[in-house]
Parts: sequence; C-alpha cells; structure tokens
Amino acid sequence: MSETTRTPKPDSVYFFGTCLIDLIYPKAGVSAVQLLQREGVKVIYPQAQTCCGQPAWNSGYRDEARKVARAQIKLFSKPIPIVIPSGSCAGMMKTHYPELFKGEPDETEALGVANRVYELTEFLVDVLNVQLQDLGEPVDVAVHTSCSARREMGVADKIEQLLGQLSQVAVKEQAYKAECCGFGGTFAVKEPEISAAMVADKTQHIRATGATQLVSQDCGCLMNISGAFAYQAQHEGKPALKAQHIAEFLWERTSNPSPALPLSGKGVANSIPSNMSPPLTRGGREGFSA
Amino acid sequence: MTTEFRIDVKKALGKSEVRAHFRKAMDTLMINRRNQFPDDAALQALRTQAQAIRANVLSKLPELLQQLETNLTKNGVQVHWAETTDEANQIVLAIMQKHGAKSIIKGKSMVSEEMGLNHFLEERGIEALESDLGEFIIQLDGETPSHIIMPAIHKSKEQISTLFHEKFPDIPYTDNVDELTASARRILRDKFYAAPVGLSGVNFAVAETGTLCLVENEGNGRMSTTIPPVHIAVTGIEKVVEKLSDIPPLLSILPRSATGQPITTYFNMISGPRKADEKDGPTEVHLVLLDNGRSRIYSDSELLATLRCIRCGACINHCPVYVRIGGHSYGTVYPGPIGTILEPQKSGLSVHGELIQASSLCGACGEVCPVRIPIPNIINRLRYDSVRKDSENTPTQDAGTKRKPLEAATWQAWSWAASTPSVYNFGGKTATQLRGLVPNNLGAWTSVRSAPKLAEQTLHQQLKALGVDHE
Repeated sequence: MSETTRTPKPDSVYFFGTCLIDLIYPKAGVSAVQLLQREGVKVIYPQAQTCCGQPAWNSGYRDEARKVARAQIKLFSKPIPIVIPSGSCAGMMKTHYPELFKGEPDETEALGVANRVYELTEFLVDVLNVQLQDLGEPVDVAVHTSCSARREMGVADKIEQLLGQLSQVAVKEQAYKAECCGFGGTFAVKEPEISAAMVADKTQHIRATGATQLVSQDCGCLMNISGAFAYQAQHEGKPALKAQHIAEFLWERTSNPSPALPLSGKGVANSIPSNMSPPLTRGGREGFSA
Repeated sequence: MTTEFRIDVKKALGKSEVRAHFRKAMDTLMINRRNQFPDDAALQALRTQAQAIRANVLSKLPELLQQLETNLTKNGVQVHWAETTDEANQIVLAIMQKHGAKSIIKGKSMVSEEMGLNHFLEERGIEALESDLGEFIIQLDGETPSHIIMPAIHKSKEQISTLFHEKFPDIPYTDNVDELTASARRILRDKFYAAPVGLSGVNFAVAETGTLCLVENEGNGRMSTTIPPVHIAVTGIEKVVEKLSDIPPLLSILPRSATGQPITTYFNMISGPRKADEKDGPTEVHLVLLDNGRSRIYSDSELLATLRCIRCGACINHCPVYVRIGGHSYGTVYPGPIGTILEPQKSGLSVHGELIQASSLCGACGEVCPVRIPIPNIINRLRYDSVRKDSENTPTQDAGTKRKPLEAATWQAWSWAASTPSVYNFGGKTATQLRGLVPNNLGAWTSVRSAPKLAEQTLHQQLKALGVDHE
C-alpha cells in the first residue's frame, strides 16, 4: 500500500525494467528512467536483471520462479528504492517474494527487496512529488489501471494524479473501469475465449469514451488491449487507437521536442538527444516545473 | 483443448442474451453492495471483525464442533455426522424412512445441492420439493443453481413466464412478477401443510448455545423448519461459530455483501424441537454435519482460509469471468471464485482442477470477500499443487497430476535462461534481431489481437548506450 511521504526523496534508485518492457516496450523503460533522472535522482539499472519470476509463479512452477527471483534479489542489495514501471511486477516482488522465499536461506534479502519496491507512478507521486508541465496538444485520454496496480499495490489513483497536472490532457472515464482487461498472463493463453470476451468488452468501453488514446502502467494490459485495438482496426474497420505506457506518455508531453531515437544500427550512443544524458540535475529540471 | 469445461464456456460465451442478462444482474448486485458500504473504513473494520470471528472458529474447530453437538443434544436436536455426501444422504433417507415419509419440502440449501439430495431421494421414490422461489423455478426446468444466492439468476422473466405456463397450464399466462410469485406461493402453501419432513441449510451454528441460524428472504425457510413435524438441517462442518455474540457482525456483513440488503426479511434461530407447552414447531429436529473434504482442507494452514467462507456470493457477483460464462459452465455446485477454490479441493484436481486456470487473478473476489479469503492466493497455491513434485506435502488430492513433461521442461529452460544473465541477454538480443521472423499468427492470442512486435533493441541495450549506471 502506498503511504504518502513514506520515504524522503532518495539520491539514487534502482530501476527494474521488467522483461516485457525489455523485449517489447523498451521506450517505456527509457522514458521512465528519463522521468526519474529529471527529478535529480541517479538511476541504477543492473544489467544482469531479467524477469521478476511472475510467469512461473502464476503457473505454479514455484521452484523455477524462485530461481529467477533469486538472481534478481542479488542485484538490488543497496538500501535504496527499487522502482518498477509495472504494477504487476512490482506486486510480484512486493507481495509474493515474501511468500516465495518463506523459510529459504535468503528470506531476509527477499524481504529487504520487497520492502523497497515502488511502482513507478506511485514513486513519482508519493516520493518525488513531481510537478509536470504539459507541452503537448490537447488530447482525450482513457486510463486503464492494471488489477495488480489497483489491488496488490494499492496505487489505483496515481496515473490520474499525474495526468491531472497536464493542462491539455482530458481524462475520459470508461464504463467498468476497474474491471480486468482479460490479460492475466497465461490466462490469455489457457482460457483464450474468456480472455477474448473480456478484452472485447474492455476495448468497446474505452472506444465509447471518445478518447483517442489509452495509457496504463502495465505493459501486459497494454499488449492485450492495444493488440485488440490493432486487430479491430485491421479486421473490423474500427478507428486505430493509440495505447502507451504512462511513462512514455508523460515523457513525450513534458520534454522538449527532440528527434526520435534512431534504434537501428550501432549509432545509438551517438544520437542521444541532449536532454537524455547525462542525468539532469535538480536545477536543470526547474524549467519544466509548473 | 476440448474439455467439457471449455465446450461449455464457448457455448455460454455465444449466448449474448444470457450474457447481457448476467451482466445486468451482477451490475445491480455490485451497486447494491456498494451502496450498503458508503464508509470504506467502516467496511474494512467490519471485514476484519468477520474474518477474525471465522478464523477463531477454524483455530479450534474440533472443540467447537464437540461443544455444538453437546449443546444441540441438550436442546433436543439429534446430531449426525457424515464424512461423505453419500453418508449424509443415507442419514436423511433413514430419518424419512423411520417416519414413513414419501416427500420432503426444502428451504434453500447449497449443502443439499452438494449432496445431490433431490436426485438421491427421487431415485428412491421420495419427492423432494424446493420451496425457495429461485430453486422452485430451476427445479421445474430440471436445472441446477447457477448462483449460490440467486439460483435462477440465469433465467429471464419471459423464460420463467413461459415455464410456469408450460408446467401449470391451468394458470393463465402472465409475465407479471408479482402474479408469478403469487402462483408459486399458492402452489407451495399446500405442500408445506402436507409435507411430513422439512429440510433446510444452516448459515451459522452457534456452539455456545446450540442454536441453528438461518438467513432467508421468502419465509419459506421458516415454514420448512416449523410446519412439517420433522425438520432436518444439513450443513458443512465449517459453519459453526463460537458464541451468540459472533452473530451480529456476521449477520451485518452477510446480506449486505450478498444482495446489498441491510438485513434479510427473515432470520431464524432454531434452538430445538417443540417443547411440551409449545403450540407449534417440529417434534423432531436433526442436524447433519457434512465433511466431504472439509477436514482435508482444514489440515493445511494456507488452504484453511477457504473454510472461512460464509457463502455470500460477493466474489461471484464481482468476478469478470463468472459474469461472462455464467454459473453452469463451471460444472460444479459452487461456481465463481469460491467454487474455483473449493471444488478442486473437495473433489480433487483431476475432477475440477481445470477451473483454477479460469482466473485472470484480477483480485476482484479477494477485494470484496467479507471474511477476506485470499482467493487469488489460494488459486495460485492450487496451481502449484497441481504441478508440484512433492505431492505428499499437500492435502490436495491428485496433486502433481497436472505436471506435463513438456510444460515442466519449458519452465525449467526458462528458469535457467532467466537466471543466467548472459543467456538471457544473448537471447533477448538475438530475438530482437530476428524480430521480423515472429509470425503474425500466434494461435489463440491473435484470434482477436494483433501479434506484439519485438523491439529493435532491448531496454538493456538502450540504457547501456545511454550510459545509465549499471553497477
């Protein structure tokens, strides 16, 4: 559960990027790091990180989940916050690592990690108290809060709190807002018909708001909902709707326009926009404050 | 996969009218419940209290059951113990035979559904008549309950009107709910007077006083337990509570969670058969205490929470899976989230084990449960039980039988790769390089969604290139 001013603003944080963001939505991860850096926080991204272990945990393969989780725990040994751009992976570490490591020799380390976990939007609002200035065009946005962010992490209102700071963003609330989108990890594969019925309803409710885009703090839900949006656009002639991770959306709207990061080839390091690196100092952030 | 469950699910999902009906009904129940708990802090305090009461019971269940038996016996109630549903049915049959009874009138009882009592008795030439309106309706149509509180919730007013007209041709067709109810009431009234035996469930059995509490709305529970000369109550062994003072908080949270009513129309407290100076009530009262797997659940400190359930159905009303597939798809007595955890524990994973996959683990059930049963955690635990190698360490029947060699090998390989950073990073890099090879057809996923595209470069690569500290 989130508690306001639980932690004084730290100098540095660990960033756990999640495997889904690593492989499919890295832009969300980069944006999250940039948002943190802009607040004057040093971000440490252990390169040996992989996955929190949740897929195996939810499938009943606890030994396999523990082996992967154990490899993560070792990477986050300093007593600083661990920020995760996903309610689901944060929930895994915060609420399920204690169960997974109960009675294990490294239970203390696992609890140490669990106690330092923050979901990204929770961290931005409750710990960093970010002040955002909207630089974007007016837009109508729908918000999907993942079930894990809502119920495991108890951070359901954080995205709205952040969007509320953006003057040109209007949040359109969909019917059945708190209902699951039907992803549920392996659920979508093991019970595809039920999952399909759920995402069909979810997309319909979002479309009905008239919003032109969706934001969420979880890439699992986004993969599910945006996949359905794209399918409906391609096969059913429905309008294409954009779906973005909240970090990417926030960064795009609050950072100065900059050339998109060319991601092919080897030239990445040479083409980093000036506002990305090195981490901005707190002073450098002032220009963005409302 | 074409298991029975999957076939039923597909059928149910195809019935758009029934689905719309379920949605509307569940929406109403959710709104009603929310309106009953305007103050979240008060709700959480009450949940904590109700949880504590139920947890206290389970911490000393054997002692409380003994105390219950002692006090019921003192009150003149005859107590019977049944380990299996068959034993429970035989007990009911023996009581009926002793009285030469050829019919029984029933108040609503999910445990009697669990026993398959109606079917059992009918096979032996005994008529079992449901007197709860919902149960009465589905019995007319030869169906089973689709919800533990509202057994006929899957039926529309029109369907019920047609059904009544079909079964009672003398009664003019009407789709007026009040008239339909009045007809049922008239039909049942005579049955109440004539029935030699009445049967009911029990919501709370108070150990301290030997009192059987029954929550109901229609008065049929009161009639089933007071008019016939013999009353048989059937219940699960977990329904005991310690003290009379435990009742008010439970009674406060049960109907509000279930139907969104502040209190039910009737609340019956049965403390024994008719006394010498009393004018009415049954001359004999029996209680059948059914185990049917409950003591197995009781033996596990984590699974034990399943037995805290007070059968309100709030988890069902809030379940995004239930609202879409309805109660019958589950193929169980108890549907929805509570059925998902209870049924595989009662009958073993090889019977209803598939249900534990039918959850997105969204947590809506756990969020509303009045006694805070961590339903998603128990689903997770049962998934573990279903594939674990040390099946001897869990009371769950058929543990480990869902472990398939290919699936297990896949998770082991995944586990190795994801715990070996060099392998994971090499794999991630290679995958993104080969992103063009990801097929557009990913089976079930792409039947309603486009395939996700792998990124051009992993986050690992991008953050390294950006010089983000990686100590």
